[in-house]
Amino acid sequence: MSLPRVNVVVIGAGAGGGVVAKELSQAGLRVALLERGRWYTANDCRKDDLRNQRTSVLGNNSGPDDERNPRVYLDLDGSRHLVLPSEGAYSNNAACVGGGTLTYGAMAWRYQPKDFRMRTTYGALEGSTLDDWPITYDDLAPFYEKAEYEIGVSGDVSNDPFKGPRAKPLPMPPLPPTHEYEILKPAAQRLGLHPFDIPMLRNSVPYNGRPPCMRCRWCVGFICEVDAKCGTHNTVIPRALATGLCDLRLGCMVKEILTNDQGKVTGVTYFDAHDRLQEQPTDLVVLSGAAVESARLLLNSKSKLFPTGLGNRFDWVGRNLQGHAYSGAIGLFDFDTYDDIGPGANIAICDYNHGNPGLRGGAMLANEFIRLPYQTVNMPPDGVRWGKAHKDFMRKAYRRTIGVMGPTQEMPVFGSRVQLDPIVKDFWGMPVAQLSGYQHPHTLEIAKVMAGRAEAWLKEAGAVQTWLNLPGNGVSGGQHQAGTCRMGNDPKTSVVDSWCRVHEVDNLHVIDASVHVTNGGFNPVLTILANAYRVSAHLAQSWKGKV
Amino acid sequence: MSKQGALSRRRFLQVAATVAASSAVISCGRRAGPWRFFTPAEAHTMEALCDQIIPADQDPGAAWAGTLYYIDSQLVGHFRRLQSAYREGLASFDAACLSANHAAFADLPFDQQTAFLNHLPDSLQPFFHMVISHTMQGFYGDARHNGNRDAVSWRMLGIPVIPIRGRDQYEFPKKG
Repeated sequence: MSLPRVNVVVIGAGAGGGVVAKELSQAGLRVALLERGRWYTANDCRKDDLRNQRTSVLGNNSGPDDERNPRVYLDLDGSRHLVLPSEGAYSNNAACVGGGTLTYGAMAWRYQPKDFRMRTTYGALEGSTLDDWPITYDDLAPFYEKAEYEIGVSGDVSNDPFKGPRAKPLPMPPLPPTHEYEILKPAAQRLGLHPFDIPMLRNSVPYNGRPPCMRCRWCVGFICEVDAKCGTHNTVIPRALATGLCDLRLGCMVKEILTNDQGKVTGVTYFDAHDRLQEQPTDLVVLSGAAVESARLLLNSKSKLFPTGLGNRFDWVGRNLQGHAYSGAIGLFDFDTYDDIGPGANIAICDYNHGNPGLRGGAMLANEFIRLPYQTVNMPPDGVRWGKAHKDFMRKAYRRTIGVMGPTQEMPVFGSRVQLDPIVKDFWGMPVAQLSGYQHPHTLEIAKVMAGRAEAWLKEAGAVQTWLNLPGNGVSGGQHQAGTCRMGNDPKTSVVDSWCRVHEVDNLHVIDASVHVTNGGFNPVLTILANAYRVSAHLAQSWKGKV
Repeated sequence: MSKQGALSRRRFLQVAATVAASSAVISCGRRAGPWRFFTPAEAHTMEALCDQIIPADQDPGAAWAGTLYYIDSQLVGHFRRLQSAYREGLASFDAACLSANHAAFADLPFDQQTAFLNHLPDSLQPFFHMVISHTMQGFYGDARHNGNRDAVSWRMLGIPVIPIRGRDQYEFPKKG
């Protein structure tokens, strides 16, 4: 039995899907917004340091559930591991209204113009699918601004000389500085660097009818107790619902995107909150499930016309899985650096995102969010992991360390990928995602240099001991997962076109970080939001042209 | 020494409470002892192991903090699938210790325990690392998880124990 027809089904109420639902419902389209998770609010804030999206040793606080959603991870030796959402190799982001924006650290970076032109800037790289985006910074700039103002960004980037052109300042001032900020800022300046206040999707003053940050230590990984973090769950999604045209359905796991003999999408089937199979006819589908699940759903949507999955004629769906190779350094000081004023991260430099001799790209470097005690137990240098030495170090160092880390831009790899696992099925009987792949050696080379730059900054700031944090060579993904449905002009080497339309399917769009060709040396969320605004505007216009 | 005193008093209370509780359920065939997963012998080894990982010094160690309660309760909760890893790991661990030292791990002097752990056979490393992780979680985690009694580790690190900062000292900016 099928449900009354809608104009658009949006799959996933995270960063991308939330914006699309709002823009299209405000444009007059009837929207069904399907979300497999639940809708949490500030009242669900539970400051559990072992059960949250960043430290999930006792589970996730905003999905998905361990019971129903396994994945398979192939390690570098090719051995299979069944992994649950609360385990690291799962590459989890979230499953809830708002997606990752509910619990993120909320850095709100615009990529730099060169981040969209990696192939042109640096040339081809052997063993990598490094390429340009089919769109430029200038195409996204007005939508970056729209995201900054509609969702809400605080900070001050006026002292960042490396940023792309921007028309307006950020809508909110930065939060007042912390002790770490006061230590790191003059040190960066002495090194001739250009430190500034990180842009954050977090209220520093009352904005959008919600209060400002109260500076607690429970930020990244947690639902904000006072609703000061700005995500799609407390901005665009409520506005979408206010149009009366957007139907948000929770607990809905999409099974398949349906197509007809002409290769057009006709609807989706999904398991509703009571695990009943529903069929939803629609004119358009927008897939916003994040890089792993979006690719999985395309691969799971097989038919006579698309025997290997939708958009997968040239075997590009699920390829180029990437995230960020996080690297940096920790510095130990002979005085207290900790002041217990959250969220912690507040000062950054973009001096090393590009222009590093011999390297293709780099990373933004910033101080870390407040690390809760358990998050620091693997911090001691020289492999000290237990015993008296470990305890002594914790006691001595907890209040006296600063971490400077950066998301090193990854060189995309064709062999790092999402596939359907041939054996394991989820609770609903659908093949699960199987993750496999590795880091390109050049990514690790860049990461090492970035860690050295972070270390130099800490030394200049007065650290008496420093040590590096380097990424491993396994495939990344996680909360910054991207790349699996690459945007491009050539259907043979990409999955969607520059309007995020699947090449072979007129009325199917992918709008999330899956479409990122490369993922910048920055946290990707503002780019996801901006691109969602850009494509939504185009979709709304062509819809109006049609009717 | 006062901590030792606190330990034994607490132990006494635990044992007393457990004896009372277990006498009520003994007809159901449940094992005597405060543990939901561990046998008394396993718990004995585990407590010594936890105290090696986070030893008592001027601040209490993992055993005093009750970290084993955290591990034990998670083994019938979120860590259920690790039950056999613990059961089999502890059996191998005990056997290895017996053959190397001709004594049970918990009965060895502290320094000899440390020496044994420093030369642990490769086959026992995964087990030991699992116990390290869980001991760290219990001890450095929020006191609500029952492995960080009186938030002893947070006091040791010097961070405010009340988990919310800001409300009492923060004023919302006035509009205008």
